[in-house]
Amino acid sequence: MKAIYGLYPDPESAQRALNLLERAGSDLGFKDRDIAVLSGEPYEEYGFGQRDHKTRMPWLAALGGVVGGLSGWWFVSFAQKSYPMISGGMQLVTKWPDGIITYELTMLGAILTTLFTLLITARIPDWSGRKLYDPAISNGKILIGVTNPPEMAREELEKRLRAAGAEVVKNFGN
Amino acid sequence: MDKTPEQINQDLLRPLYHASWRFYAAAAILSALVLAAFYAWGYQIYNGIGVSGLDRPVFWGFYITNFVFWIGISHAGTLISAILRVSNATWRRPVTRCAEAITVFALSIGAMFPLVHLGRPWLFFWLIPYPSERGIWPQFRSPLLWDFFAINTYLIGSTTFLLLPSFPDFALIRDRASGWRKKVYGIVSLGWRGTPKQWHRLEMAMRIMAVAIIPVAVSVHTIVSWDFAMAPVPGWHSTIFGPYFVAGAIFSGIAALIIAMALLRKLLHLEEYLQPIHFENLGKLLLVMSLLWFYFVFAERLTTWYGNFPSEMAVFWVTQSGRYSKLFWTMVFCNFIIPAPILAIKNLRTKIGWTVVASIPIVVGMWLERFLIIVPALSHKYLPYTYGTYKPTWVEITITVGTFAGMGLLFLLFSRVFPIISIWELKLGGQKKPEAAPALASQEVAAEP
Repeated sequence: MKAIYGLYPDPESAQRALNLLERAGSDLGFKDRDIAVLSGEPYEEYGFGQRDHKTRMPWLAALGGVVGGLSGWWFVSFAQKSYPMISGGMQLVTKWPDGIITYELTMLGAILTTLFTLLITARIPDWSGRKLYDPAISNGKILIGVTNPPEMAREELEKRLRAAGAEVVKNFGN
Repeated sequence: MDKTPEQINQDLLRPLYHASWRFYAAAAILSALVLAAFYAWGYQIYNGIGVSGLDRPVFWGFYITNFVFWIGISHAGTLISAILRVSNATWRRPVTRCAEAITVFALSIGAMFPLVHLGRPWLFFWLIPYPSERGIWPQFRSPLLWDFFAINTYLIGSTTFLLLPSFPDFALIRDRASGWRKKVYGIVSLGWRGTPKQWHRLEMAMRIMAVAIIPVAVSVHTIVSWDFAMAPVPGWHSTIFGPYFVAGAIFSGIAALIIAMALLRKLLHLEEYLQPIHFENLGKLLLVMSLLWFYFVFAERLTTWYGNFPSEMAVFWVTQSGRYSKLFWTMVFCNFIIPAPILAIKNLRTKIGWTVVASIPIVVGMWLERFLIIVPALSHKYLPYTYGTYKPTWVEITITVGTFAGMGLLFLLFSRVFPIISIWELKLGGQKKPEAAPALASQEVAAEP
């Protein structure tokens, strides 16, 4: 992957840079999805922090809970029927105690689904090291850039990134 | 606190790189105690459970007391952290990781005690429901099996809850480290980069986890209470046991959290991050829980006394004025009479030292409470000729002391590999709000270059 990016000291300048890139995309020949944003902390209140905001994670977690609960109920009743042992005068398939295990497995299903949804949608783990990154973001800098930019547009992109307030403009993968 | 991101990084990552001689001395002492506990356990495994003080009629003693106690302490963390996250309490940020770590460690220690208590720990897998060659399944109607499911769900949930917000901090360490540290943190950070998508998914996952973990935490200690309440033993068969145990667990958990935070603040020089306001707020919660604990104890005792069943009254009197009365009244002093006034007086509650003074007796008192629920009831069952006594042996005492040392040791080691305060969350708390930030980038009118 190749990229050109600027490092910004504050969210305001990062937002400016993003706005400029979004407007320049059609002129310079890159798409919105080529714009990269990286930061060392979330900036939910800024536009650049709200990219890729849509997720079905809560619904998937609920679905995971339902699947976990149904599996738990099926499993416990299956085990009780497989080894039919009456105890304490209770029925073979005891609804109240089985409900407790069903409940725990419902929650476990929701928790594990949330975890796996996070890993899959956030695309981690990824140890390839080929993706755009700059350790400066750990010190509070915000990275705004364009991945695989058209060669012709590099100079213009650098100019615009600097105009928005970039402390430094760098190339990645060259 | 007015610090730059770079200063915050330096302050909070310092303990990972530098350890004083005190750290090594404490780690050596705690390790020795943990080794002693393992020796005692090995001795018990080799010679049989008979080397413990467990004997008819008291088959649950120190081990089950420790089990219930440590499961209670585990409520410090994830539950408190989750409640504070859900309620968006901004002061939570320096507290949550410490709390979540307590949960994972206390739960692991607590979950070990049923194995110690088994006597033949190598048969632990009989608890796991699987189609064995014997053609039998575990007894799903037994509260002990509910424990298995509840504790494992809570352990998986709590570990996830601790690890998820750690990835960005691991990435931070990766970026600043060199040599083996860079490699190790590079692996455990999972290649975290900090894209808006990753941040949003992480925050969404934490919100879902916080909502899911609260009912799980409540269910865990309710189910632990049902280990007792489902048995027709005098003093146990009570409908109030579920909430009573949950309240006690949160109570002891907050006390443990305050002690751990005060120690870490001192040892790791985190005075600017763990401030008196954090201890004061936890102190207020502790005061509420102390009052609630007293309310439950009073309600439970009053109901027993009014019922006046001979078998229940035998247990009642043995704790009020009999053999266990000294322990009972020590418990009341530790859990209510000492901490409640300290925490109710603002001048004391706002001082870190006093919140710790209030918390230490609570941890002692809550351990005594667990002991007093178990032993007097088992030693005074229905028929007087079955009455008995219980005296712990050196094996049980050593294992008990070893688990406290183990908790301390795990925490020390944790502070050497994890930033004890979530760095990115702390920075997020100090983030200035946009003056007129647009909801979406496209809405802003920006100057052309």
